[in-house]
Amino acid sequence: MSEATPNQSLFEQIGGEAAVNTAVDIFYRKVLADHRINRFFDNVDMEQQAAKQKAFLTMAFGGPNSYTGADMRNAHARLVKMGLDDSHFDAVMEHLGGTLKELNVPDNLIEQVASIAESTRNDVLGR
Amino acid sequence: MALKKIILDEHETACQEGETVLEALLRDNVDIPFSCKQGACQSCMVRSLDVSPPAHAQKGLKDVLCKQNHFLACLCYPEQDMSITLGHQPEYFTEGTVVAKELLNPETVLLTIQCKDALDYYAGQFVNLKRADGLIRSYSISNSRRHAEKLSFHIRRLAGGKFSEWVHQELNVGDTISVSDPQGLCYYLPDKMEQSLLLIGTGSGLAPLAGIIHEALEEGHSGPIHLYHGSRDVDGLYWIDEMRELAEKYENFHYTPCVSRGDAPEGVAHGRANDVAMGNIPDLKGWRVYLCGHPDMVNQAKRMAYLNGASLQNIYSDAFHVASPTLD
Repeated sequence: MSEATPNQSLFEQIGGEAAVNTAVDIFYRKVLADHRINRFFDNVDMEQQAAKQKAFLTMAFGGPNSYTGADMRNAHARLVKMGLDDSHFDAVMEHLGGTLKELNVPDNLIEQVASIAESTRNDVLGR
Repeated sequence: MALKKIILDEHETACQEGETVLEALLRDNVDIPFSCKQGACQSCMVRSLDVSPPAHAQKGLKDVLCKQNHFLACLCYPEQDMSITLGHQPEYFTEGTVVAKELLNPETVLLTIQCKDALDYYAGQFVNLKRADGLIRSYSISNSRRHAEKLSFHIRRLAGGKFSEWVHQELNVGDTISVSDPQGLCYYLPDKMEQSLLLIGTGSGLAPLAGIIHEALEEGHSGPIHLYHGSRDVDGLYWIDEMRELAEKYENFHYTPCVSRGDAPEGVAHGRANDVAMGNIPDLKGWRVYLCGHPDMVNQAKRMAYLNGASLQNIYSDAFHVASPTLD
């Protein structure tokens, strides 16, 4: 085998769907408890939001997904009008990293997750 | 042989071997919401009207949704023909007769309606009550499942509220009223009998909670059951004596009335019901939580309960939205 890719995908290395389920619970609580950003979640259905977080984390963990930039843009357009900016995106990134650390995910995998999540920044912020 | 029929409204789609219900419907150009196609986003949740859906298609759904045969179309490889629906079914109404009407407090009446047909409901669900001219409002059933033909409701009089004013002033014992099928997902299922329950209600939000509490106690729920009932002042509370008696009778039932304004008389806590409850019970990990009443209370308490450790699967809520903007 000459490929540099590992046998297991990023998603599998992190722990697959079970890891996503655990991560959603930690991640969503961190986000909701953070006064810098929790006002953006004031009028959303918590169950639907948790389901969206799960879809997002699945994507960020390199798992199967059907997210498109347009979806991200549309979903966050209302929040951009409310003032969503880089500082809020950074806060969410911080919680994503913190969540993975709590789950003892190795740093090199956290970096890969962060770079996938980072790739959505411009779509999320409508730029 | 391997084809399974999926019937949605009047339309029939053939689902092929190895194909999910969502794939079959999309192939057939049926307009159905969906997004992730992998069971995460729950956008494509539908409901079976006849057979129980395969268990794998209900992965991650709340128990009350599973019980009502909801499933995710993207995960469902049907095992048999299915009739499904995307939304709510047309309502079926049965005829009811008012058999009792009494005041619970200056602004709330206890209305008891004898229904022609027994209703299959869970304690905590609501029905739509319909006046002869078609005016409809939703009210929670306040009794347990023991009396399937005789349902009680707590109807709070709202200033300018067309329906509640009519109930308070004009509806009398002996009058008829239409009663819809029971609806809603905030209800009690008698499983995990040792689980701790926290119930928080404001105003007539006590109605569904009282039904749930009676149901749980009658079913022999063994875990602690904590009720916090709140209002602005003592006049807005009711059933204080009844709930205290219940707490005397059942060791595992605990009751705390709360008032948010003015002085609280002895035995009544001062503060908003959700604040008092979360202050007393800061760790809700593993608890089942029911929240009914004012939408602001329900939304705040839901977030607080979640941040205090309750899982979303274990939080059941029913926000009482009112038609008139002048009401609080």
